[in-house]
Amino acid sequence: MDIGTLRGLGTVVIFIAFIGVLIWAYGGKRKARFDEDAMLPFADDPEAAKRIEQESRSKQ
Amino acid sequence: MSTATTPTAYNYKVVRQFAVMTVVWGVIGMAMGVFIAAQLVWPELNFGLPWTSFGRLRPLHTNAVIFAFGGCALFATSYYVVQRTSQARLISDGLAAFTFWGWQAVIVLAVITLPLGYTSSKEYAELEWPIDILIAVVWISYALVFFGTVIKRKTKHIYVGNWFFGGFILTVAMLHIVNSAAMPVDMLKSYSAYSGATDAMIQWWYGHNAVGFFLTAGFLGMMYYFVPKQAERPIYSYRLSIVHFWALVSIYIWAGPHHLHYTALPNWAQSLGMVMSLILLAPSWGGMINGMMTLSGAWHKLRTDPILRFLVVSLAFYGMSTFEGPMMAIKTVNALSHYTDWTIGHVHAGALGWVAMISIGSIYHLLPKVFGLKEMHSIPLINAHFWLATIGTVLYIASMWVNGITQGLMWRAVNEDGTLTYSFVESVVASEPGYIVRVIGGAFFVTGMLLMAYNTWRTVRASKPAEAEAAAQMA
Repeated sequence: MDIGTLRGLGTVVIFIAFIGVLIWAYGGKRKARFDEDAMLPFADDPEAAKRIEQESRSKQ
Repeated sequence: MSTATTPTAYNYKVVRQFAVMTVVWGVIGMAMGVFIAAQLVWPELNFGLPWTSFGRLRPLHTNAVIFAFGGCALFATSYYVVQRTSQARLISDGLAAFTFWGWQAVIVLAVITLPLGYTSSKEYAELEWPIDILIAVVWISYALVFFGTVIKRKTKHIYVGNWFFGGFILTVAMLHIVNSAAMPVDMLKSYSAYSGATDAMIQWWYGHNAVGFFLTAGFLGMMYYFVPKQAERPIYSYRLSIVHFWALVSIYIWAGPHHLHYTALPNWAQSLGMVMSLILLAPSWGGMINGMMTLSGAWHKLRTDPILRFLVVSLAFYGMSTFEGPMMAIKTVNALSHYTDWTIGHVHAGALGWVAMISIGSIYHLLPKVFGLKEMHSIPLINAHFWLATIGTVLYIASMWVNGITQGLMWRAVNEDGTLTYSFVESVVASEPGYIVRVIGGAFFVTGMLLMAYNTWRTVRASKPAEAEAAAQMA
């Protein structure tokens, strides 16, 4: 295999990895987990967390 | 402090130390910048001495603002964020203290050796090999403290801000160790382990990733914590932040060759660097939009909260300079912009607008918290600081745009017979008004930093040790 083919394959592998990240991040299964993770900065501030929850509920 | 060793409290001491030194080095490094900007208008300010000449003070300015001011801000915020989002105390107080004193020692050694003329002549990596070894040791200790704390976290997952901090710490270790490899001649002189175009490529692989990881990924770590925290809403899209992280770290590493357009670097490497720089626009703007949109529905908070204003305007400047950067990486644009003041303007759009403003906003947020107070001594002073910083940045970058394009056009102008239309010195004369405006812009920015220093001093003085200790208790 010459170096050009190898570089081409490298590009393909990176592209597949990127698609993999997209599927992983946007897969429906992990939505609840990410919503929870997004609240990590407020884990040390229950009052702020409560305010945020109320606000997001009042929007729905 | 007996409670300092109980595991139910965060280690805020090292955060306090780094936060205060961020302000101190910020004032010194930026004042140094204004001074060398003034030297370009009034050359008499070189004083005819080697130690005070522009060529020796300029690396002192860059090292002071990037590694002293920016570095201390990164240490302070990463230690603060990793503890609070992991709900765990730093893994080792001793090692954390070592990173503080070790890092200050590096800065002091830079302040001594650079004016004396000891330099490896690699941009942003000027310090000689014994100091490089100290940097490597401190940095590896930093990695141990940070990742050790991540490992002992009480939360299930690692918050995205810590991913960015972690990526920044690992990559900077790799960049610094590879680029600083050198053969010592004596204690204060060494030669790079690489030669010719390879040396140049490794230097700019380091140099651009100093921008990409030290000045971007680390500060994005700040953004992902302090913007949601100050706005009191979770990040706009946590899923986008994951794609943002992986895309940014995998693309940034390839962009270095755009610093070497039209040089001895192989042409294919230049083109690769240009294409990768253009692609970089996507993850950069993905992150910027993610930060901005966090405020959707809460824009009114900007009216009353100058800290949030700092954070949001920093994102606006980040978006602007990450658009400008890829444009300047296009070879035909680079043919006009390279070696002109446009480059300096671009760097400062990022350095003042993005890095400094997000750091200032973050420090204003965390400083009262780690000193056991509700807020900074004076909110109106923060507001005044915000306007001084914004006006200063705009004056700086606008004057350098004008200068850069003027210089680029004058240097490339040719007469019908093929001779140059302008001599170099004519372009220097044409640049003088821009240099004066830059000094004024820089002075605005430093004045803002002085207000911050006063505000910090009053805040620290109002703090009582018992309150600071109580604030460190975990919720």
